[in-house]
Amino acid sequence: MKPTRRQLLYGSGAAALGAALSPFAWDAVKPKKPIPGAIVGANSAFGHRLREGAFPPPIDSGQHEVIIVGSGIAGLSAAYNLDKAGVTDIRLLELEDHSGGNAHSGHNAVSAYPWGAHYVPLLSSESGHIKELFRDFGIITGEDKGLPVYNEDYILNDPDERLFIDGRWQEGLLPTLGVTAEDQVQYKRFLAHMEAFKIERGRDGRRLFAIPIDESSADAETRALDRLTMKNWMLSAGYTSEPLHGFVDYGCRDDFGVRHDEISAYAGIHYFAGRDGKAANTAPDSVLTWPEGNGFLAHKLAAPLSNRIISGALVYSVRETSGGVTVDYWDGHTSRRLTARAVIMAAPRFIAGRLMPELAAPGFTYAPWVVANLTLDKLPEGRGADLAWDNVIKDSPTLGYVVATHQIPQMQPLRTVITYYWPLTHAAPAEARKEALARSYEDWQRLFLSELYRVHPELVGQVRHMDVWLWGHAMIRPVPGFIWGEPRQAALKQTPPVFTAHSDMSGISIFEEAYTHGLKAAQAVRAFLA
Amino acid sequence: MQRLLLISVFVIATCGLIYELIAGTLASYLLGDSITQFSTIIGTYLFAMGIGSWASAKVDKNLLAFFIRIEILVGLIGGSSAAILFLLFDQVASFRFLLYFIVTVIGILVGIEIPILLRILKDRYEFKDLVSRVFTFDYIGALFASILFPLVLVPHLGLIRSSFMFGTFNVLVALWLLYSLKEPQPWVRLHKIAAGLVLIILTFGFISSDKITSLSESNNFAGHVIFAKSTPYQRIIVTRQQNDIRLYLNSNLQFSSQDEYRYHEALVHPVMSALKAPKNILIIGGGDGLALREILKYPSVGHVTLVDLDPAMTKLFSSSPMLRKLNTDSLHSPKLKIVNADAFMWLKQQRANPPIFDAVFIDLPDPSNFSIGKLYSTAFYGLLHSVMGPDSLAVIQSTSPLVARQSFWCVNNTLRASGFQTAPYHALVPAFGDWGYVIASNRPYTVPTQYPAGLRFIDADTARDMFSFPPDMGPVATKIQRLDDQALIHYFDEEWSKYLIY
Repeated sequence: MKPTRRQLLYGSGAAALGAALSPFAWDAVKPKKPIPGAIVGANSAFGHRLREGAFPPPIDSGQHEVIIVGSGIAGLSAAYNLDKAGVTDIRLLELEDHSGGNAHSGHNAVSAYPWGAHYVPLLSSESGHIKELFRDFGIITGEDKGLPVYNEDYILNDPDERLFIDGRWQEGLLPTLGVTAEDQVQYKRFLAHMEAFKIERGRDGRRLFAIPIDESSADAETRALDRLTMKNWMLSAGYTSEPLHGFVDYGCRDDFGVRHDEISAYAGIHYFAGRDGKAANTAPDSVLTWPEGNGFLAHKLAAPLSNRIISGALVYSVRETSGGVTVDYWDGHTSRRLTARAVIMAAPRFIAGRLMPELAAPGFTYAPWVVANLTLDKLPEGRGADLAWDNVIKDSPTLGYVVATHQIPQMQPLRTVITYYWPLTHAAPAEARKEALARSYEDWQRLFLSELYRVHPELVGQVRHMDVWLWGHAMIRPVPGFIWGEPRQAALKQTPPVFTAHSDMSGISIFEEAYTHGLKAAQAVRAFLA
Repeated sequence: MQRLLLISVFVIATCGLIYELIAGTLASYLLGDSITQFSTIIGTYLFAMGIGSWASAKVDKNLLAFFIRIEILVGLIGGSSAAILFLLFDQVASFRFLLYFIVTVIGILVGIEIPILLRILKDRYEFKDLVSRVFTFDYIGALFASILFPLVLVPHLGLIRSSFMFGTFNVLVALWLLYSLKEPQPWVRLHKIAAGLVLIILTFGFISSDKITSLSESNNFAGHVIFAKSTPYQRIIVTRQQNDIRLYLNSNLQFSSQDEYRYHEALVHPVMSALKAPKNILIIGGGDGLALREILKYPSVGHVTLVDLDPAMTKLFSSSPMLRKLNTDSLHSPKLKIVNADAFMWLKQQRANPPIFDAVFIDLPDPSNFSIGKLYSTAFYGLLHSVMGPDSLAVIQSTSPLVARQSFWCVNNTLRASGFQTAPYHALVPAFGDWGYVIASNRPYTVPTQYPAGLRFIDADTARDMFSFPPDMGPVATKIQRLDDQALIHYFDEEWSKYLIY
């Protein structure tokens, strides 16, 4: 069988990248001295200690009302909401040296920049509970004609996205260059189809695709979409256009780290149809973003909690006892034991299951990602369309890059930081993870720079610094059957005094889901404590 | 050796005339009025040659070594003269002084050449043959140069490269002589080193001429490029043709000295004359100091803050004598404070304790890309609000309502959406076309009937007429320019690209 173009392109991310620049070309442009930087990020070596076990006996280190294991958005949300409700004797245990999880960010002399999640869409009609938070944070500043007014500083500036195709840039991500009339017809039909899904409600009066996902309609025929792959659903619905498939595949890799031929059609459609938010002062498809990405939200959530977050804490045992729950953790030197009346496991399920076998959930798989932040002495240019926030390169295994200084209203920043996102979808997650962990900083530099220089030859010699972050288990993978299947439903059950909160319980890794699970866990804990 | 020396006469004669022509041409490019420039340059040059001839009598020892030194010096100074003049255009207080100084130095050196040569050759020829041969080659060289210069050099090499090239010819003559000396002389080695160094400098200059001004660029503009500089923000080009000085930023025309008074009078006076006694003024953009020139015609003005992004712009217009004449040296006014900053960020910084300006002039480039488009958005106009009192007035240059009707009304409508009352108007500026402005205010605006004396374009009748729009430029409904949806950029791009096809 002749391989299709798609198979060739995604057959191997590394191969595709390698082919982008022949070794000869790479030799011509490769920096004379390696660009300073390092592989930073998720402390996998520390985390892997958990597998080895054998920790010294713990020292009793006190008692609290609630212990939260993990300080990603779900853990921070739980703590923030407990604190707000007056449950203040809480501790968050964090493996890393910072809180925020996937919403982590960094900063240097040029700009703040994201290390992971970097935007939130306008709040959906089911996200009323997040509105209050956004008001507290100054993200929503008022209301006009029944619609929220969002802070103009945080609404994504124009131009939002551009696509590099056939050697030049175009505005927007749906290819317009070199596509047929049939492609255009299918684009239109597909987008109209998604718009219809956006407002369609089931027999129970709920939207078919809601955010949070558990607010969606229970209609069986919609949930049946969860058993198909997105690609097969598209083909069955008559969508055959190759550029349209490329666009949808891009969206799936972007939001879930899963290719469209591997993802549940329910999840794929949810990406396009879930976001029905409206605002008084911007278009419905706008999003909210910050130079540091969702690090803005993580910092705001963590601000009132800072003295109660214990970082560098490797939790290795969580056990129910007659008096509540004991949590043992190792801080790199000493093992410590905390006791609490309730525990919220706000870590991903693959970790929670390791700590408490009853939480184990083998059906949960996670997508590995690599993120690179590049500090540039010059803004990227390009023919055809101005530099945008999101700059996507067609047929690249990476997702392209986001410009950290985009929201700064300065006319022309002279330097910037760009964030490259690369979901490792070319192989099975475990395999891709292993391959990524084996790569050296120089390997990553070569991969990212050859990708950058291919599109931006003007940036040769202009990259001042580069850091790479490996996310071994970045996002839950909503493969067919996962969202409405048994394992996820089972994972939603709370078993006091141990509660759970994580976006993987939704099957989609977005801020709203993580925040909602944190909020719900906080409410459940309060009810339990009362 | 004799033949070699006679060929040298030809080469140095050619080079000598080329330097003179380059200086004359550059002077008329840079200072205008070619008749005056050429005749004063030729006069100065010939007079300096006279000084050189006179001074040549003082040299008695080792004439050949002296001649070689002169050749190397002529090559160095003459060869780099065009580049020096071009690069120092905005750097020195008196450009004229520099120009005549360089011309004099070259003239003196060239003036020394022939008398010394005559003396070197005097024992090898009869006097009558000597004089006839030397001057024959001298005049043939002059003819050759005068034909080569306009037909080949200026159009195909450009002034800067030509000057470097002829500098190398002088040095090559010196080197040739050095290498053809039969008997070894102790001074030869040092001279060879010096000649070699100068040759390297000139070759480097020749190669990097494009960095100073590329020839292809010179051909893109109607006049001669007399200043070119790439700053981190933009490429600044000043051209001159006769008395028409033009400024281009990223190849877009910013003004023509022939009619800029129309543009700037129309920008400034309808606002300034409508205010009782405007004291505190803000200019955003306008680093050329031309709007400021008009503003300073009001004696009530106490403080002017000029916020322009690019320090190179304000520096150019406050140091070049030619441009200082154009803006009547407004950038040196003691009332002025220049802030080289991004206007959006600067206004944002003022938010904590905003100064109030009686009049604000927004004289920015057209909204041709998303970067500059931010300065036409509701967010920017919101900040503008914060530095205006109830009676303050602001005016925004708003592209051509004739060519880009939607763009113009989009600026007007965006100001209205930002809570301003607006008074749109337009004026004919031949270099641009029919040009538009919008006055933004918190109270209704009335067109003034009194204007300062001595204006060339604005009077009560002209001003009144500017506020009426013929049907083909009249108001249209448009989208609003917002940071998250830059409608204006799309209007502008579409309307101007259509226009430029014709």
